[in-house]
Amino acid sequence: MQQPSAHAAAHHAPPKGFIRKYIFSVDHKVIGIQYTTLSLVAVFIGMALSWAMRIHLAWPDARIPLLGMLSPSGAPGGLMTPEYYLSLMTMHGTIMAFFVLTAAPMAGYGNFMLPIQVGAADMAFPRLNMASFWVTFVGFVLACATFVIPDGPPLSGWTAYAPLSAVGAVAGPGQGWGQNLWGLSIAVFCVASLLGALNFIVTTLDLRTKGMTLSRLPLSTWGWFINAWVSLLAFAVLLPTCLLLVLDRLGGTSFFIPSGLVINDQLQPHSGGSPLLFQHLFWFFGHPEVYIIILPAFGIVSHILPTFIRKPLVGGWKAVTWAMIAVGTLSFVVWGHHMFVSGMSPLMAMVFSVPTLFITIPSVIAVLIWVFSLYRANIRFDTPMLFSLGFISLFISGGIGGFFLAQPSTDSYLHATSFVVGHFHFTMGLSAIFATLAGFYYWFPKMFGRMMNEQLGKIHFWLSFVLVYCVFMTMHLTGFAGAVRRYSAYVDDFMVPLIPTNRFISVAALLLGAVQFIFLFNVLWSRFKGPKAPDNPWGATTLEWDTTSPPPFDNFGERQITVNHGPMEYDGEVGVMQTSPQPSVAGT
Amino acid sequence: MVGKIFAVVVVLITLATAYCVMAHVWWMPVDISVHGPKIDHQIEETILVAGLLFVAGQLVLASFAFVYGGATSKPKQIPGGAKPLVIFAFVLVGAEILALSFIGSKAWGAVYFEAPDPGSMRIDVQAGQFAYYFRYPGPDGKFGPLHPDLINEGTQNYFGIDTDHDQDAKDDIVTAELAIPVNKPILLTLHSKDVGHSFYVRELRVQQDFVPGLNIPIHFTATQTGRFEIVCTQLCGLGHYNMKAYLSVLSPADFDDWLKKQAAAQ
Repeated sequence: MQQPSAHAAAHHAPPKGFIRKYIFSVDHKVIGIQYTTLSLVAVFIGMALSWAMRIHLAWPDARIPLLGMLSPSGAPGGLMTPEYYLSLMTMHGTIMAFFVLTAAPMAGYGNFMLPIQVGAADMAFPRLNMASFWVTFVGFVLACATFVIPDGPPLSGWTAYAPLSAVGAVAGPGQGWGQNLWGLSIAVFCVASLLGALNFIVTTLDLRTKGMTLSRLPLSTWGWFINAWVSLLAFAVLLPTCLLLVLDRLGGTSFFIPSGLVINDQLQPHSGGSPLLFQHLFWFFGHPEVYIIILPAFGIVSHILPTFIRKPLVGGWKAVTWAMIAVGTLSFVVWGHHMFVSGMSPLMAMVFSVPTLFITIPSVIAVLIWVFSLYRANIRFDTPMLFSLGFISLFISGGIGGFFLAQPSTDSYLHATSFVVGHFHFTMGLSAIFATLAGFYYWFPKMFGRMMNEQLGKIHFWLSFVLVYCVFMTMHLTGFAGAVRRYSAYVDDFMVPLIPTNRFISVAALLLGAVQFIFLFNVLWSRFKGPKAPDNPWGATTLEWDTTSPPPFDNFGERQITVNHGPMEYDGEVGVMQTSPQPSVAGT
Repeated sequence: MVGKIFAVVVVLITLATAYCVMAHVWWMPVDISVHGPKIDHQIEETILVAGLLFVAGQLVLASFAFVYGGATSKPKQIPGGAKPLVIFAFVLVGAEILALSFIGSKAWGAVYFEAPDPGSMRIDVQAGQFAYYFRYPGPDGKFGPLHPDLINEGTQNYFGIDTDHDQDAKDDIVTAELAIPVNKPILLTLHSKDVGHSFYVRELRVQQDFVPGLNIPIHFTATQTGRFEIVCTQLCGLGHYNMKAYLSVLSPADFDDWLKKQAAAQ
């Protein structure tokens, strides 16, 4: 199918020396592991921040000595100030949304697996790929640097609404250099994501091996490919938004700041800008962003399920793929549902409500396909499968909350309550994390050549699954009582009765965090001590399982890969490799 | 065995959630507005529609995991492939969505598209880090113009009004509490002097952001007397959690007394 010249372009000589091999590597597999490792570090930082917040919310007088050491002004004597709570919250959202949820399932696994799954030796632009990772790394360092500068991290939330984020230090601690670094960090992250998206698109289109037609692409590759388009269009808007924000802060412009603002009795030297413009630009990125997080999850779960149910998904590759394309496309016309009560025209609220409800349809189609594919299947409950099932359950629960938030009338009561926090944690947070963990357990043997411990994996799953519901379903419920989000303390008369429930959420969240150390232990132990992994431990059929674990630097050695089948050739025990010359058993 | 445990766990979670919602373990406070019943009705309607999908989805997932775990017979697909699923999603979910959109738009329209009653009592609201202030026009029924450069917390000029030069401003009454007469249509105009804030009164079923640079009108009629909290729901800085004011819904006579006292205290 492919031009030999295009394929040859991706070849490179085996790397020599430690630095070229493991640090500034152009090998997509090393870069994939670098991204995954970065996300792993980021997710534990993000989780630690949520621990501090949950402790503070449940026991406002608790002292956290580590926090006092990190920021003597933000947590004097370990006692968190309200502004430091908001800083931790801002960085929790920022680190999780960008450096974990956007990075791991797409840039991490996608980098490692996509070229192998299409039968290529590397990404189309290996040096650009290396640049993507190191630019992301710079973004991460800039984000983390906010913790060590004197003012501390910004406190305007991961959404950084102007003018709070735009007017500078006068608006509060952390709104000085903390917010500058934040803006630069995200701008840099956008550049990395754009470069990555280009690489994913070109690799999928141009580097497919002989016989790898679009209809034979694994669904995970479809997920990454569709997602690359969404990323390309969405990050292209966030990048200038961040730059305009930084210009408002440092360049004296007024893109997002209107005239006549008085902060601390000082009239601000700005005029003519629009805070709503910032919200429109941010959410034009921000809503596709939640799908940027979930589309790779769709792909990963659709890729993993057939292996463990031993049959193709209902509707083959087409149904899920079209559902993903529909979700990706519709994701660009729903952003206004974040702004129903923002002062935007109420007529526009109705305009945005309709596509927001309609995006449910392709999502429901995808869920129905996953669920009804289990019908008369031979389900194997290995850890990757359990996390995939957990993903489906969480995604259903999260999707249901969407019905309430997609309608302006119901949203006007629930907006900015813990219902919203529960909703987005179920969908873009924990659903995506469960799919990411499913992918981690599934691909770990391929990435590192060793098996993970199955018992620890199962314990990790069961505890996480139940605790996630305890934390985030309870948040949905307190949302009905009007519990307001982003509060560092519950002082309002109606919030006080919710404190016991809040403690329950905190305890569950702390336990949920603790459970993740089982996972961390499993990762580290298995990486060095786990039993050697065979080439194809799950009896799967796609190309990544058709090479050694881990694959050689050029993925398939000297082998010429020719694909004869679709990616879901399962019929009970039988699984036919995509390269196999034998006839189809499942007609994919 | 693992599939069966999964099924039991999912069913338990589903039932517990359904119970908490149906039994209103955590719930909205009693509504005190004229438009509120429409919003409450819409929430109930959505609970029915979405709840059905939630319970059905989780139960089907659980039952398949229960039944088909470790089966060794030749796997089979559902008859008809993806087509019935796609049609089902379009018809059922589509119908639910259309129903919600039409009913929902009525509830929304009742709040936002009906013009305020021409006899509404007009009150200005100024939000700033981290307090609300309210302004009544006084006996002349006119608000004096706002001058942002005159805003000064020290002199308690929260709105930036110029009582020395603006005739209309002389009798304006500025308060820290929002008092309104019961059953009287109210038209608020929301201003923010610094950053984004919000006006959220759960009992009124009203939530509306303040946007710096915009004057945003909202109108409602309260049907019960009482004292309720107005809280900020738009992240506005370090004191966000503590930004609040009280809404007092008073009988007309009590309201007149209150306003007189406030005017005397200016």
